[in-house]
Amino acid sequence: MYEKNGEKYFVVDGHMHYWNAAPDNWVPGAEQYAKGWIECFHAYQGLGPPETHWSIEHFQKYSEDDLMKDVFEDGYVDVAIFQPTYLKEWYKEGFNTTERNALMGERHPGKFVYNTRWDPRDGDQGLEVLRRNVERFGSKGCKLYSAEWNAGSRGWKLTDPAAYRYLEACQELGVKNIHVHKGPTIWPLDKDAFDVADVDHAATDFPGLNFIVEHVGLPRIEDFCFMATQEPNVYAGLAVVIGGLMHARPRFFAKVMGELLFWVGEDKMLFGSDYAIWEPKWQVEGFMDWEMPDSEEFADYPRLNAVGKRKILGLNAAALYDIKVPDEFQLPAEAGTPGAHEVLGESEQQPVAGA
Amino acid sequence: MTRNTIPPKASRTEGRGGGLPGSSGGPSPRPGPVSAASRTGGHAGAPMASRAGGSPPVDALLTALDAVRDPELDEPITSLGFVASCTVSAAGDAQVRLRLPTYFCAPNFAFLMVADAYDAVSAVPGVRSTEVVLEDHFAADAINGGVAARAGFARTFDGEAVGELHDLRADFLRKAVMAGTDQVCRPLLAAGTSPADLPGMTLGDVPPSTALDRLRQRRAELGLPSEDGAPLLIDPATGARVTGDAMPLHLRRARTTRISIEANGGICRGMLRHRYDSQGLREEKDSEGRPAVWLSPATRR
Repeated sequence: MYEKNGEKYFVVDGHMHYWNAAPDNWVPGAEQYAKGWIECFHAYQGLGPPETHWSIEHFQKYSEDDLMKDVFEDGYVDVAIFQPTYLKEWYKEGFNTTERNALMGERHPGKFVYNTRWDPRDGDQGLEVLRRNVERFGSKGCKLYSAEWNAGSRGWKLTDPAAYRYLEACQELGVKNIHVHKGPTIWPLDKDAFDVADVDHAATDFPGLNFIVEHVGLPRIEDFCFMATQEPNVYAGLAVVIGGLMHARPRFFAKVMGELLFWVGEDKMLFGSDYAIWEPKWQVEGFMDWEMPDSEEFADYPRLNAVGKRKILGLNAAALYDIKVPDEFQLPAEAGTPGAHEVLGESEQQPVAGA
Repeated sequence: MTRNTIPPKASRTEGRGGGLPGSSGGPSPRPGPVSAASRTGGHAGAPMASRAGGSPPVDALLTALDAVRDPELDEPITSLGFVASCTVSAAGDAQVRLRLPTYFCAPNFAFLMVADAYDAVSAVPGVRSTEVVLEDHFAADAINGGVAARAGFARTFDGEAVGELHDLRADFLRKAVMAGTDQVCRPLLAAGTSPADLPGMTLGDVPPSTALDRLRQRRAELGLPSEDGAPLLIDPATGARVTGDAMPLHLRRARTTRISIEANGGICRGMLRHRYDSQGLREEKDSEGRPAVWLSPATRR
């Protein structure tokens, strides 16, 4: 919970991790990739305020206690959504798997939502694992990293026929929130790996699913915006927008926020810290203090008031994940509908959160 | 050398088939963005010994590299800080080392920058041999080897790519044209031009500026009209004039595209600075670069 001017805000961290990227988890022969990946993440942390930077050793492997303190005790978060990333070609036990997350989360009931993941190249066996994960962990969402390497393949698209089998399974299993993260390598390498056209197609073909494009499609914010504005079930995941720009490039941050507010709208933007890349504390505080600058450069952007911030910080994600939000955090009735385009609205709210 | 940023020779390292259609289309009326350093041309910092031996000064190589752009960010690799070192021997053997913001920067764009750098340096008079080395990148060996062998992208990434990178490059030039449209139109609107007048304007109606030169240059590279009489607002995919009805959305998209590219540039600069604490050759700060104190990561625990 975050409190400002006597108002209380419910905080859902829509995108965070519990990883082990230390050398003890590196796959022999793939050490350079495991090392390169975590160093790349660490460089992103460099975009946050200096006093929040960690040593690379701490960044590679942090403890359960660190996470609970950084995210919940200091970071104002009420419910956090684990977004697993496997990368098993580089990390022996995976970078952060559904199991690792859940094993930790079990000790903190009500605090976490366990998303799972899938990879269409895993075939029937992968579908079976998806079903089992949904059964075991109650997953209502999944994180897809389309640039993951898998047995010689450098990636995949949502429009691949094999991916559609998985999306059909998600629909059937109630895994209704599909978080999409693009990376630099997909087949074929001569095309733009960050192209979001496949999300556009999938969102049209699966109107019963919500597609949350993580990092707002960075580095293709413009393509994401033009697509999202046409698809009622496409959402903007703000991880990296706040962490990567708010401190390091405040003017660009304001402009990117302005673009997102214009094309996507405050009902469809979700806060995510991307912990442990960045701690939520400074992001929540900075975001709540932030206002669109007054100068001419920003004059034609929509403004974001306390109601919009309330939605982005928690209520939109709570609506997508059926997280029960206590009355004191709710919006007045006339303030619009968080997660407005949520397409499975008939489902009952369940007490995932112990808040 | 010409400052056309896709030299006609670019196709040598990109494989068969030549550059973009129209890539040689029309000389640019003015040079592209010129960094402060590049204005010194070959007069500053050139080792006299190498010049005496008939090889070009390092500055001539750097000026050639000023014309090589990151296709995504639409900025010179020099001003972005990507040129780690650049040397040339007395006999004219040039060596360039490039670095990127992350280990996993997209290999297709990385290949283009290495290949373009190779071509740009090779074209400098007096250069006998050229070596361009990309450092600290997951695909560095493949890219460096492929460019050195002039193998083209598809052969360099055999089985992982189906074609060369011309279409990809053209896609990003079209984005650059959109971004450039915002850079040219916003000052006009701020100075009192009515939005309704923009569809009727030509490039020749716009007061001279660096942004206008740049827009003309990008349009010429795509084979789109760039002369004085050409419409100011065109669809970069078709070259067709943008009419009044379509104008508001066109300008909105132009603005979004510009902000996306500039925000990416900001992130890339920040990541590069975290990764390397040395300045690149002819590196320039962006408009809101943080002071040096921000650059050194503190260690909290």
